Amino acid sequence: MTTSDIKLTGSSSEISPENPAPVIEAPRARTAKTPKATRGNFEMYGWLFMRLSGIVLVVLVIGHLLIQLVLDGGVSKVSFAFVAGRWASPFWQAWDLIMLWLAMLHGANGLRTVINDYAERDNTRFWLKMLLYAATIFTVLLGTLVIFTFDPNIR
Amino acid sequence: MPAGTLYRGREGMWSWVAHRVTGVLIFFFLFVHVLDTALVRVSPEAYDDVVATYKTPIVALLEYGLVAAVLFHALNGLRVIAVDFWSKGPRLQKQMLWTVVGIWVVLMAGALYPVLGHAFRELFGS
Repeated sequence: MTTSDIKLTGSSSEISPENPAPVIEAPRARTAKTPKATRGNFEMYGWLFMRLSGIVLVVLVIGHLLIQLVLDGGVSKVSFAFVAGRWASPFWQAWDLIMLWLAMLHGANGLRTVINDYAERDNTRFWLKMLLYAATIFTVLLGTLVIFTFDPNIR
Repeated sequence: MPAGTLYRGREGMWSWVAHRVTGVLIFFFLFVHVLDTALVRVSPEAYDDVVATYKTPIVALLEYGLVAAVLFHALNGLRVIAVDFWSKGPRLQKQMLWTVVGIWVVLMAGALYPVLGHAFRELFGS
């Protein structure tokens, strides 16, 4: 049996040395249109940030809870005068500022993960994250402004 | 239906669920807390008025819940770090969870009087 005996059917019948079969690229082949870096290391840095900020936050937040809720009469001693007394010291201003930024970013990244896990529709996921980012930026900036512009003699 | 085929989760899964739930709760409180503290830029009275609600018995109970969530999230977070970075971490994750729960129970017992004592005296007289 020679090759001419094989009856080619369909589109295969048009294939000949002059008209070879089209080359189909492998699904993952890089082409001129493929961006250089199709994925960065953002998620790895996010993962690392959660662990590093977590260790710092354990110290800052538990210290904060001890001062505000346990020592010296607990929450009953908290007042404007108490806040003024603590923020008179740059040490506690820095403590609260670092705690604010790390806690907000740690929480925002955590909630981003939760949204990615449970919001299945693309639109829902996108808008929930936009709401999260807007609320996070607003709260971080507001808190920072309050710490830096605090005025014990506001009246 | 054959018995015992439904995965109801083990220590690893339930600690993961608790870590998520406590994390989300703490984050929502953080928004409120930054807003209430921002009232120091409005007036001392506005701030003291809002802080007064923190001293009521019901909110004191919520504060105890917040302490519970923060302490669990902190201790279990350290366990997660140990699982990720310590060579023996994955093998000991279950033992570490029960250590976390044990420390958490002790700390929660210790926080009982400082956090709820004020509310207790207010409710039942000094």
